[in-house]
Amino acid sequence: MSQTKKELLVDPLVDNNPITLQVLGICSALAVTSSLQVALVMSIAVIAVCGFSSMSISFLRNYIPGSIRIIVQMVIIASLVILVDQILKAFAFEISKTLSVFVGLIITNCIVMGRAEAFAMKNPPMASFLDGIGNGLGYGLLLMLVGVVRELFGSGSLFGVTILESVNNGGWYVPNGLLLLPPSAFFIIGLLIWAARTWKPAQVEEREFKIQVVEEH
Amino acid sequence: MPDTEPSTLWGKLIALPVDSTPKTIFVAVILCLFCSMIVAFAAVNLRPIQVYNKALDKKINILQVAGLYKEGVDVGAVFSSIEPRIVDMRTGKFTNAIDITSFDERAAAKDPSMSSELQDDPASIGRKPNFTTVYLLKNKDGSLDKIILPIYGYGLWSTLYGFIALEENGNDIFGLQFYDHAETPGLGAEVDNPRWKAQWQGKKLRDDDGNLMIRVAKVAKVKEHHIDALAGATLTSDGVDNLVKFWMGKSGFADFISNLKAGAA
Repeated sequence: MSQTKKELLVDPLVDNNPITLQVLGICSALAVTSSLQVALVMSIAVIAVCGFSSMSISFLRNYIPGSIRIIVQMVIIASLVILVDQILKAFAFEISKTLSVFVGLIITNCIVMGRAEAFAMKNPPMASFLDGIGNGLGYGLLLMLVGVVRELFGSGSLFGVTILESVNNGGWYVPNGLLLLPPSAFFIIGLLIWAARTWKPAQVEEREFKIQVVEEH
Repeated sequence: MPDTEPSTLWGKLIALPVDSTPKTIFVAVILCLFCSMIVAFAAVNLRPIQVYNKALDKKINILQVAGLYKEGVDVGAVFSSIEPRIVDMRTGKFTNAIDITSFDERAAAKDPSMSSELQDDPASIGRKPNFTTVYLLKNKDGSLDKIILPIYGYGLWSTLYGFIALEENGNDIFGLQFYDHAETPGLGAEVDNPRWKAQWQGKKLRDDDGNLMIRVAKVAKVKEHHIDALAGATLTSDGVDNLVKFWMGKSGFADFISNLKAGAA
């Protein structure tokens, strides 16, 4: 692998972002971004799980039989997720209440599985660990961006601190209820993908087919 | 690879190629054992803290609905002024048949031997528990100050679990609060909005003839029994309306409240 350690960490932030470029992990990005605090905890959980699962899978990569490799990856990822869930329930009870099932669903987050299968199975542990952390960070960055928009305009606050005093609490701001519902994240992620591809045209995919010009007039 | 044939069973296993069937099974078994050990170790060791958190969360909610909770207060000390008691819902009287420390309300509400099926079920809870825990807040001289009753029922997406606090006359509402629900954030979840919750204070459950009048609705019929429904959350509001009516009504705590007032509980 010719990638340096720094590249492994920084590449997935913008150039190879798991959400905007690979379009993975959308499901949980819709679900947990209505408030920033929840999005932050979810990001940290995914970074931890992604880093450590990639590392452990990479340690074992020469001993994992090809026929059951996906199951082996799932078992390792699932164990780590349960560990994270238990720790949250013990030390961050309030937040684990709001995250509810989504922590458990990290198991099915395509990013974690994707990095395990695409990178950790073929690379040494340290590089895999950094790659996992980097992709977790890329996911977290997107989550935070979406979270800022949704919480600020959906409830008029950031991290629960009121910025725009909403009408319900006697202020002037009429919150945009759509932004609190999961589908709104689709629009925001769509706009972010557009922005990323305008900034870095290399991310634009080639067309799969062109409409042929048959005859010129 | 050593040239000589390995002699022990272990040596043979190690020498097998990774993709062979015995080695595959071996790796799977070892990995599963190892992972289950880690998970079990975490679950067992963190369990006491988690149980403590759950209990603390419930106590905080009870204190909040009774208006006793402030940030940073010693929950255990304040909670000592509250006396939990178990009520037999069939008779509306206190009972000592159940051990309060080990009583699991949610499990009991589903247990066929501890609950009965509801024919008329406006709160959509399916079964009515035979026993529930109520909380009595006492004054310094030991007289009753507030009655805190558990209530639950279905909203739009989820069952809302909460408490309602009544003044000692059993008719004036002091507060209402939900501690567990999964309603839509910003719409139905506004049941947690302090401004909405503040409406409940001072409202009366029944009129002078004893008819249950409390109502969550858009339009006020009688001011002292009326709670404004949540804008944009009609179904959650209806759910709250139904569950409050159910638990305060004849099939809910009505018998218990009248027994308590008559001193016959």
